[in-house]
Amino acid sequence: MALLEVSNLGIAFGGLQAVSQLDLKIEKGQLYGLIGPNGAGKTTVFNMLTGVYKPTEGDIILDGKNITGLPPATINQAGIARTFQNIRLFNDLTVLDNVKVGLHNQVRYPMWTGVLRLPSFYTKEREMNKQAMKLLKIFDLDKEAKLKASSLPYGKQRKLEIARALATNPKLLLLDEPAAGMNPNETAELMNTIKFVRDTFGIAVLLIEHDMNFVMGICEYITVLNYGRELAQGTGDAVRNNPKVIAAYLGGD
Amino acid sequence: MRSLRTNKTLRTNVITYAVVVAAFVLFQALGSAGVLSSTMKGQLVPICAYVLMALSLNLTVGILGELSLGHAGFMSVGAFAGAVTASAMQDSMPSSALRLTVAVLVGAVLAAIVGVLIGIPVLRLNGDYLAIVTLAFGEIIKSIVNNLYIGMDANGLHASFLNNTIVLGDGGRMILSGPMGVPGIKKTATFTAGFILILIALFVIFNLVNSRAGRAIMALRDNRIAAESVGINVTKYKLMAFVISAAIAGAGGALYGQAQNAIIATKFDFNTSILILVFVVLGGMGNMLGSILAAALLTVLPELLRSLNDYRMLIYAIVLILMMLFNSAPAMIQWREQMTEKLREKFGKEKKEG
Repeated sequence: MALLEVSNLGIAFGGLQAVSQLDLKIEKGQLYGLIGPNGAGKTTVFNMLTGVYKPTEGDIILDGKNITGLPPATINQAGIARTFQNIRLFNDLTVLDNVKVGLHNQVRYPMWTGVLRLPSFYTKEREMNKQAMKLLKIFDLDKEAKLKASSLPYGKQRKLEIARALATNPKLLLLDEPAAGMNPNETAELMNTIKFVRDTFGIAVLLIEHDMNFVMGICEYITVLNYGRELAQGTGDAVRNNPKVIAAYLGGD
Repeated sequence: MRSLRTNKTLRTNVITYAVVVAAFVLFQALGSAGVLSSTMKGQLVPICAYVLMALSLNLTVGILGELSLGHAGFMSVGAFAGAVTASAMQDSMPSSALRLTVAVLVGAVLAAIVGVLIGIPVLRLNGDYLAIVTLAFGEIIKSIVNNLYIGMDANGLHASFLNNTIVLGDGGRMILSGPMGVPGIKKTATFTAGFILILIALFVIFNLVNSRAGRAIMALRDNRIAAESVGINVTKYKLMAFVISAAIAGAGGALYGQAQNAIIATKFDFNTSILILVFVVLGGMGNMLGSILAAALLTVLPELLRSLNDYRMLIYAIVLILMMLFNSAPAMIQWREQMTEKLREKFGKEKKEG
């Protein structure tokens, strides 16, 4: 059975049908691309998958469990983590603390343990620091651990968001335009990192991206959205040569 | 440079504790040397109470990031719960220190309970709406206390919202009489008690902030949507911060009440809420030492300026503006940074030479 099965997913904002009749099937460990012209409804799909929006129709099944319409925090605990198109970091916290917030449900201790500084506070915090530094190292952010998140350059902020999402130990990672604003070198590096993350953590990745080299270079399977509906599905080559896709991107009859 | 950054939070915390301890020792010494005027001596406990209020509100405004305009309500709950408790125990518990301890505990717990009751509906709102509703709840608490009658006789405490429905047995007495408040309080609060309460409040706040729960609370402040996306329970952590804040305010209120001859409900009105907010804003949001200094300075100032009577409020206003500039004007911030850098260089050199 697939890791994520989305069937007949749709949402309407008042009279506007933003997404309709969308089917997705993502296998364990798959790198999956979601592409489409501006306004096609890609981010809306992400928002439905992560509980920010409640779908008006359809089902989202993660690992055999129906998570349709659950609140975002519950969906994250069920195993979906995400990044945002417009970066959303905890700006006044340090880089390290951003990742430690991501570890919130992985390493737990009650509030009074922290307030009273009981011995388990120190062991748990050490464990959190260790895990967080390991993640930061993957994204080459370990040297900036003590800096404020807002003081990082743009590309590193994007990486920190991915590290924070990974800290929640997801089965499926959603990346909303991870390469936006990166130069070709950074993009190539990011591709390697994403593959590395998939291989080491064994998680599936669903990503939205406009950089076609990026998408074609990394995604094993692609769904193309247009006007909130599925336009095409298939491997990179199949999608690239699909006349409907070419028409949607370049215009045509 | 890097090690300095690493220990920045720790250093700020240590400095804050040190300033509080130093101020306590200084005023204790001045008091025993007989240098302090009697009005100043009388101000010491209220200063401690307002410092507690400022710390409490800073937890809500600076750490949780929600504006509360009804914080005097929690102070009121603490003050009256403490006063009624202390008064009720007057005969059974001769030690005034013990009575104060119980009064503060009851005040804090009751304020925390009220914090839960208010927090559940209020924390569903955001920003301006939340501020307006907390303002309303502050006024509601004031009205309730203003119409509450509590008396005590051999059978225990009796409470009512109607004056004439309380029938007390032989030897019974009224403790809280509606708009008349609680008269004839036997003061139990001491400067030392206030000092200890401030240390406890600092300990709780600093340790909370630098722990799993505190990070979750600050994550909610910085970006609620992102915090939810990493699995943080919004209601739980908002409520946690709000209730801890209410409990500290309750303790501060109880301390305040135990330092007065009489308290009335209308003392804890919107103006008091705003006064506490002024302490927090002037001291810097999230800056505990700033809150302490602002609360202390602005509580003492009107008393110090009493001899200038007509110009009192004028000078008060000028001090407010100067403090605001010192804290927030870009040029001042730059100047302060330059000064600290210079000082650091100087002391760094001396250390090397030494």
